[in-house]
Amino acid sequence: MIQFIDNTIEKSPYKLTKEDFVSDQMVKWCPGCGDHAILRSVEKIFPEIGYKKENFVFVSGIGCSSRFPYYVHTYGFHGIHGRATAIASGVKIANPGLSVWIVTGDGDSMAIGGNHFIHIIRRNIDVNLLLFNNQIYGLTKGQYSPTSALGAVTKTSPYGTIEHPFNPGELVLGASGTFFARAVDINPKLMTEIMFEAAKHDGTSVVEVLQNCVIFNDGTFDYLTAKEVRDDRLIILKHGEPMLFGANKDKGIILRNTKLEVVKIGENGITVDDILVHDQYSLDPGIHLMLAKMSAPNYPVALGVIRSAKFPTYDDLMEEQIASIKASSKIKNMDDLLNSGETWTI
Amino acid sequence: MSEKERKNVLEVEDVVIRFSGDSGDGMQLTGTLFADTVAFTGNDLATFPDFPAEIRAPQNTVAGVSGFQLRFSKNKIHNSGDLCDVLVAMNPASLKTNLKWVKRGGTILVDEDNFDDKAIEKAGYTNNPLYDDHLAQYNLIKAPMKKMVREALKDEKLDQKSVDRTKNMFALGILYFLFNKPLEYTFKFLDTKFKKNPLIADANKKVIQAGYHFADTIEAISKTALVPPANLIKGKYRNITGNVATAWGLMAAAEKSGRQLFLGSYPITPATEILMELAKHRELGVKTFQAEDEIAGITSAIGASFAGSLACTTTSGPGLSLKSEAMGLAVIVELPLVVVDVQRAGPSTGMPTKSEQADLLQVLFGRNGEAPMLVIAAASPADCFYAAFETARYSLEHMTPAVLLTDGYIGFGSEVFKIPKMSGLPEIKPPLAEPNTEYKPYQRDPETLVRKWAVPGTEGLRHRIGGLEKTNVFGQVSTDPQNHELMIRIRKEKVMNIQKRLPLQEILGEKEGDLLVVSWGGTSGSVRSAVEYMQKDGHKVSHAHFRYIYPLPANTLEVLSGYKKVVVCELNDGQFVKYLTMNFPQIPYIQYNKIQGLPFTTIELTEKFTQILKEI
Repeated sequence: MIQFIDNTIEKSPYKLTKEDFVSDQMVKWCPGCGDHAILRSVEKIFPEIGYKKENFVFVSGIGCSSRFPYYVHTYGFHGIHGRATAIASGVKIANPGLSVWIVTGDGDSMAIGGNHFIHIIRRNIDVNLLLFNNQIYGLTKGQYSPTSALGAVTKTSPYGTIEHPFNPGELVLGASGTFFARAVDINPKLMTEIMFEAAKHDGTSVVEVLQNCVIFNDGTFDYLTAKEVRDDRLIILKHGEPMLFGANKDKGIILRNTKLEVVKIGENGITVDDILVHDQYSLDPGIHLMLAKMSAPNYPVALGVIRSAKFPTYDDLMEEQIASIKASSKIKNMDDLLNSGETWTI
Repeated sequence: MSEKERKNVLEVEDVVIRFSGDSGDGMQLTGTLFADTVAFTGNDLATFPDFPAEIRAPQNTVAGVSGFQLRFSKNKIHNSGDLCDVLVAMNPASLKTNLKWVKRGGTILVDEDNFDDKAIEKAGYTNNPLYDDHLAQYNLIKAPMKKMVREALKDEKLDQKSVDRTKNMFALGILYFLFNKPLEYTFKFLDTKFKKNPLIADANKKVIQAGYHFADTIEAISKTALVPPANLIKGKYRNITGNVATAWGLMAAAEKSGRQLFLGSYPITPATEILMELAKHRELGVKTFQAEDEIAGITSAIGASFAGSLACTTTSGPGLSLKSEAMGLAVIVELPLVVVDVQRAGPSTGMPTKSEQADLLQVLFGRNGEAPMLVIAAASPADCFYAAFETARYSLEHMTPAVLLTDGYIGFGSEVFKIPKMSGLPEIKPPLAEPNTEYKPYQRDPETLVRKWAVPGTEGLRHRIGGLEKTNVFGQVSTDPQNHELMIRIRKEKVMNIQKRLPLQEILGEKEGDLLVVSWGGTSGSVRSAVEYMQKDGHKVSHAHFRYIYPLPANTLEVLSGYKKVVVCELNDGQFVKYLTMNFPQIPYIQYNKIQGLPFTTIELTEKFTQILKEI
């Protein structure tokens, strides 16, 4: 990873520390909630990102995750259900010199805010979106969400859900997303690395965090994250490196015909050279989509930055358009406009 | 042609023309060109386009009739008139739809070539109305327009379709002759518009001239009319529609306040033109965001307001319903925000291109919780400029969301606008917090109760706001019962404090008398015309037209108290009268309502006032 950020957001003239971002508010998430780990990762990585501390803005919607702005010492806006993405769009377009961070959950962004979610991605507005995916409605005490697995038993699906869930990565790429990464709350080191990459990316960066709800959906990701299975069921993608996983890094992903396939090094003549090398910057999303869709039991679930493709951002295009029209227009102020076109004097 | 050679010229004060035809006949353009010419020749004018929601309804059907009404005068006028002196009907369907709007003895100009059996039947006539006694009471001018334009352009290298499309210009030529108007302004327009295609420009000019000469030769036209220039206040003028005036008023407020203008909006009739107009003005730094829906329109604006912009959203009734929750958010975070509602006939989709004033109660009370905000209603197309400016000004200076109510009638309609100088408009000073000062989000000015605006990026002012109730001064999340009641009362009082800055309610006429006519919003012109008519007739009738709705002007009760009767006229089922009753129950109101998607006519208003006066 390239460890510096190059854009127009003003940097802090002095070195910031974690303490610069710690809020004086009591954090009211349940003990053991995965959200605490995400908050600590933010506090840790923000000084590294290095912008002036007043240039960070957190915007959230409604839900457990959306209390986040109160718990971090930046400018913050706690919005209404589903609309954080739209509010944040306004913040960033109004002032592209801000580093805008959206905190949302699987209910907030995939259900009530689904429309705004796909459209902010399509526009490629330069914001960072942390999607806390716990596959449940926590703040309303345990109803299924759009990411709950088919058949999930919850308070509103006592006999199991009969809905197919969204895979957020698929939705992001389907909406022409330029950045998608997946993290898991039990791996804070990877989470901070991903947050840095998200900040570095110009465009809408979506970071899905698989996050455990200890009260209403405890252990929902154990099948991926339990110590005894995690090496085989998770793969951490790194740009430029072969896609290897397993405790001994002896399993890998290859592309056979039009599909990804899990192979074992040494079996059927497979060597490391046959393994796909991850290219997060590829403009073509084909492989990225396949990687985002990988799921147990046939595949390991992909973590890390899956896609980080460079495309123009909405906010840059807006500023460029304004600058170019301003330069060529004869109208310089309202008096000019009021007196332009067809007028007559009496 | 010199005046001497002209046919019998009759001087008249005031003329109403209604252009009507199929949606594709170019009636809006024809009307606009005529309007520009009468403006350049010094008349006061007002226009109102009246068109269907469908873009191109089936040809020659009543559903596809598009109209444009124009009134011009030697006097100052307040509306686009009731009945017309001249109706242009390009086909049988437009005659059928519009005949009821023609004065007895008025002139009707038709394209005779379009009155074939098929078109007559489609319009629902059994016989050709041009040849039975249907139009006996009118002065009928039958022009074979299709034939004439084909003849006029027979030497041009134009396809038949393009030739036939110039018919509207033939009608325009006839009207210019009828009203002794010069052709040069329209010619200039055509030269500019068809700069790259001079063939089309020349063809249109030829057709206008052909229409002009046709009018000069036929017997049906024995005299022509001349409306002398109006005695308007000296100055520079332009013609402006309400929607463009709204856009410019917001831009003027942005310039005066030094704030960038942000518009988050979703296209909706009849408000879309404001978004389209603002989208043109990147040169003045305007940022327009065409959102994915109405909710994103307003919430993006709230985000932009948090970030320090003069933020606006524009919509009509159904869109306003969708924005309700976010309007409450703007109330509780106490950020400036201008919501423009260009009202249309509801409920639901209703009649999108027709006007109504039925969103008032939604605007005043249509949110969860106690969520008061400033409400101002524009009175006319040109007043939209000042009303938008004022709404933005008070919103910015008092840190409150605000609604500007206009409607389809004044939004689409146009009138003569005296161009203001920016230096003559009041300054706008939003209460921005200074960097590195001690900042508490809900610390307030003790007089106005206005909190300070701390814009992200400013050093030393990091803070959090949001939709959860907060403690006063400190802005901590709180469910404390006493604090909640305190905040509810403060937020209301803050908005009510704006009343101290509002001008007192004016009365047109005496402060006491037999009848006070009350109106609000876009009906100003028609109601004022009717009241002036009554006053000239010697009746003790006065008029109070309300622009400031919430809060009401401080002297409202005093204004309402000086008359034997008070009649409240509205284009709804009685919403403002309910609101007045709630505030001033001691006044015995009479209500007069029209809910037809149409403006009041002077005739129906004066009849109503006369009837009320008889009962005194």
